[in-house]
This record gives sequence, structure tokens and C-alpha cells, in this order.
Amino acid sequence: MNGTSESQGRVAGTGRFGPWFHRVADRAEPLMDWAIRLCGWSAILFVVAILFFVFREAAPMLFGKLDLVEFLSSPNWRPSSEVRPQYGILALLVGTLAVTGLAMVLAVPLGLGAAVYISEFCKGKTKETLKVLVELLAAIPSVVWGFVSYAVLAPIIVEITGAPVGVNLLNGGVILALMSVPIIVSVGEDALKAVPDAYREAALSLGANRWELVYRVLFPAAKNGLLAAVLLGVGRAIGETMAVLMATGHAVQIPQGLLDPICTLTATIAAELGETVSGGPHYRVLFVIGLVLFAVTFVVNLTADLVVKGIHHDKS
Amino acid sequence: MTSRDDAGGGSTGGLFTATPLERRKRATEAIARTVFLAMTLMLVMPMVAVLATVVVKAWPALSPSFIFDNPKDYMTSGGIWAPLVGTFFLVLGSLLVSAPVGILAGVYLNEYARDNWLTRIVNLAVVNLAGVPSIVHALFGVGAFVLAAGMGRSLMAACCTLAVMTLPVIITSTREALAAVPMSFREACWNLGATRWQTIRTVVLPNSISGILTGVILQVSRAAGETAPILFTGAVFFVPVADHGWEAFFPYGPGDRCMALSMHLFTLVTQVHGVSDAYQYGTAVVLIALVLAVNSLSIGLRGYLRSQKRW
Repeated sequence: MNGTSESQGRVAGTGRFGPWFHRVADRAEPLMDWAIRLCGWSAILFVVAILFFVFREAAPMLFGKLDLVEFLSSPNWRPSSEVRPQYGILALLVGTLAVTGLAMVLAVPLGLGAAVYISEFCKGKTKETLKVLVELLAAIPSVVWGFVSYAVLAPIIVEITGAPVGVNLLNGGVILALMSVPIIVSVGEDALKAVPDAYREAALSLGANRWELVYRVLFPAAKNGLLAAVLLGVGRAIGETMAVLMATGHAVQIPQGLLDPICTLTATIAAELGETVSGGPHYRVLFVIGLVLFAVTFVVNLTADLVVKGIHHDKS
Repeated sequence: MTSRDDAGGGSTGGLFTATPLERRKRATEAIARTVFLAMTLMLVMPMVAVLATVVVKAWPALSPSFIFDNPKDYMTSGGIWAPLVGTFFLVLGSLLVSAPVGILAGVYLNEYARDNWLTRIVNLAVVNLAGVPSIVHALFGVGAFVLAAGMGRSLMAACCTLAVMTLPVIITSTREALAAVPMSFREACWNLGATRWQTIRTVVLPNSISGILTGVILQVSRAAGETAPILFTGAVFFVPVADHGWEAFFPYGPGDRCMALSMHLFTLVTQVHGVSDAYQYGTAVVLIALVLAVNSLSIGLRGYLRSQKRW
């Protein structure tokens, strides 16, 4: 018995812990086995729990007073009206779609362009520096972006366009584009890196220049990964909360132009949950919106995941 | 001799001078390179410009007393000590929950999980957990921790919400760090008669600990910057905090509501009137500096690990 634990101490060989530690740790094996399994499964547990608890708060309204047709098709969002509260999220949906769309129009070409530049046109120190910069861009907290939109970008927009307020669809779109670009760049770059070098060598030896290589060979070969990059960017943009809340002006209306203030699904929850009575209809409707957001991002992320899995499947 | 002269300067235009086709190709390549470079710069330049603007405008406010004083005069002046300490405790608390769970989950995915439907679902759950909007995490925090678990709006509930949200960061980086340990290390250990847990404890984890650490550091930076998940679960606009002594370092108990730096910036911008520009920008700069410093630490550690790699 003594000899066994001694030899196990030597297997460990690190010398940092005494034999007693390894004796105790070895005894803990069945316990740790289960702890590791449970923690591994916890991700499933948490996703289900998120759905369950948000649903639990939303359910009384969802199956009760809420008219789902009106909820999805009416642009009237008057949740705190004393006389007749109306819960139509059409304007919020359109706001989310508009700001996400605008952000993607800006972010997708820029992000994919930057991914191509970093992956194909530079190497060594420049490449590393640019990758680190993109990573730091991703690290800036969303509330800081919101502050930047409010304090720096809004006055610039007012000055250039003469809009009455600087916090509007355009401002939100630009900020969201900057926020969702890093994920597009890093996932897009990974997708380009995954294309075998033999493809590049073959194309170059046939006389293609770098542009032809990118356009005719790499884009088709990496199209799934690039699509996944765009989808993840969309997912990020839809779910973004604080920056959008501060940048878009929070006016519930269907936007007619780029300079109209708008309101999104996420921003509505963030702005209004604090003012509601816990358990009241307004409070519960916000949880229903949460369910809508959960469903939308779930579908977007699932699609991105399936598209990425597609690549791995093709390769093997 | 004559044939070589022909080849060199004859009617074909020379072996090494460019044909129109080649010139055109070189031109398109140069154009493509310039356009892609311009796109990259259009991403990097705004960030540099914004950071520079923010730092310049914040300069008048930055001083040691800005860090160590509490907000005063209805949060229009003073320092940021109370929110800074709040952020510290929020990060620490969320780390205590998410680091063990996340690391063990990473171990599960890399060492235990077989390639079956359950593993695919776990992976899918991790991806989706990372993709759930932060405000939905906030709703989850309200429903689960604040109400169902009876924690109320407190530091504890906010930490749990942050922990769930940042879990995928730790899981993915742990899994990657473990996957970088060569299979032969494990095989050698198994051949000596060690069990799976002994192998993980004595071979796999010691060889991947720094990689795991980079993930943990990333979690810290993420948790420090988040606002939405703590908005309704524990962070509040203002909490009076002692200026001096022991109390100033431990102002919040686990059941108390707390201030946080990200929340403080949000409040200053949208709720409080008459805040000086310098105070707002100063708060933003401290938050940015904190997050970027922690991130750079993680990036630096990763670079160091790559250079030290022995296998």
C-alpha cells in the first residue's frame, strides 16, 4: 500500500506536492470524474436554464393577455399607457433589422477585405500587429462604444448632415459595424487560413496574380467559413445592447431615413426593465421580447455552426 | 550567338520585359493590395483616432485622486473608487464561479467526450451560450438568480449572471490549451499504469496551465467591461461608500448592491446632468485601460507560450 502510493508520487514527478497530496487526489478520482462530467454537461444545462427562466417569467403574458398577431404586426409600442397599453414590436423589429442591416453593409466588405489583407497580403510582424489590433478592437466594452457614439460621433454627424439629433440609425449602424467587424475579420481569416497552401501554389504557378488567387480560388474555397464569419457578425449585431441603446436615440418609430432615431429589441429591454413593476404585463412583455431575441440569435448561431461544420465535413 | 541575340532583343519584346498581359496583371494586383490595405486601415484608424480623442479629453481629470476618491456632488465630480472596487469584486466573484466550472468543462470536452451526439450537443450549447445576447443573460439573471434563487438584486446575483455569460470563453480556451498537449504524453502516462484522472492531474494540466490562464484572463477582461447583465441583477447607480480605512476596500457584502465602472459610465452619460466632460472621459479611459491592459497581458502570455513551445 505504502509502496504503491510512493511510486505514484514518482509518476507525478513534479515534486511540488507531497505524497499525501497525491494520495488524497487519487482517492478523489470517482468524485472528480463526476465533477468533470457534470461541468461538461453544464453548458447544456445553462442554455436550457436560460430558456426556462426567461420563459417562466414570460409565460403568463404569452399564454394570457398577449395577442400574438398584434404583438408581431403592430407598430404601436405603448406599454406604460394607463388607458390602453399596446404591445406591438414591429417598430422595434424594424429598428433592429435596419441598424443590423446598415452595420452589415459597412462591416461585411470591410471585415472580409481586412481578413484577406491580413491573411494573404502581409506576413511576419505586420500580420501579428494587425491581428493583435483587431483583437483589442474586439475587447473594447460595449458601453465604451456607446459613450463614443454619444460623445464623439453624434456631434460629428450633426455637423456634417445637419440632423437635429446625432444619436440615430446612422450613428448606431457605424458603431455596430465597428463592433461586429473584429469577429468577421478573425473568423474570416481562420477560414482563409484553412484553405490548403497547395491551392495557392497551384493558382500562382498557373500564372494567377494575387487578386485572381483571392477572387477565383480562395473565395470559392473558403465560402462556407466566410459565410459563417458574416453570420456570427450578424448575431453579434442583433444581440448588442448597451452601445445600441446609447447610439440610436431610443425613439419607437419605423425609420424613414438614415437620420431618424430608432429603437431596437435589445435597447427596449435594457431601457425599460428597470422602470417596470415586477410581474406586471409590461415586465412580462419584455421577457417575451427576450424569448424572441433568444430564438433569433439561436437560429443565426446554429446556422453559422452548421455552415462551419460543413467545411470540416468536406475536408474529411 | 545570333540566335541568343534574337531571343534577347528581337521582335518578341525580350524574355524579361513584361508583356501587356503581365503588366495588366501586375496592375490589378497592386490595385487589389491597395484596396485591401485601405479597408484594413479603415478599421484600425477609427479605433486609434477614438482612443486618442478619449485620452486627450480625459487628460485633465486623470490623477491619483481620481482613482482613489469616491464620486461626490450627486456623481458630477470626485473620483471613481466606489465603482472601481465594485468592478473588482464583480470580476473576482464571477471568476470564482466560472473558472472551476469552465476549466472542468474544457477537460470534459477534450479528455472525456467521445465523438457522439451528446458531445455534439454540448459543443452546440457552448457555441450558443456564447451567442446569446447579453441582455437575455440579464433577463436570465433576473429570473433565475434574483427571483427564483432568492438572492435579490445583489453582488452575488450579478456575479452568477456574469459567470454564466463568460463561461464559454474559459471552456473554449481550456479545450484549445488541452488539445495542444501531444497525445504521446498521455499515452506514456497511461502506459505507466496511471488512470485517466491521474494523467489529467499530473501530465495534462501542468503542461497546459498557462494556456488555460490566458482564457481566464480573457474572462476577466470580458466580465469587467459588461454592463447589460449586471444592469438589473446587482449593479446600481449609486451606493455610498466609506472614504477611508478598511471599509473603503471591502464596501460591498455578497448580498449588497454595488456600483460598477461600466455601469457608472453608462449612468454618467445618460442619467446624470451637469457632469463635466473630463469626468466622463476619465471614467471611460480607466475602463478602456483596464480592459486593454488585461487583454494585452493575455495576448503577451500567449505569444510567450508560443515562443517557449518545446514540442
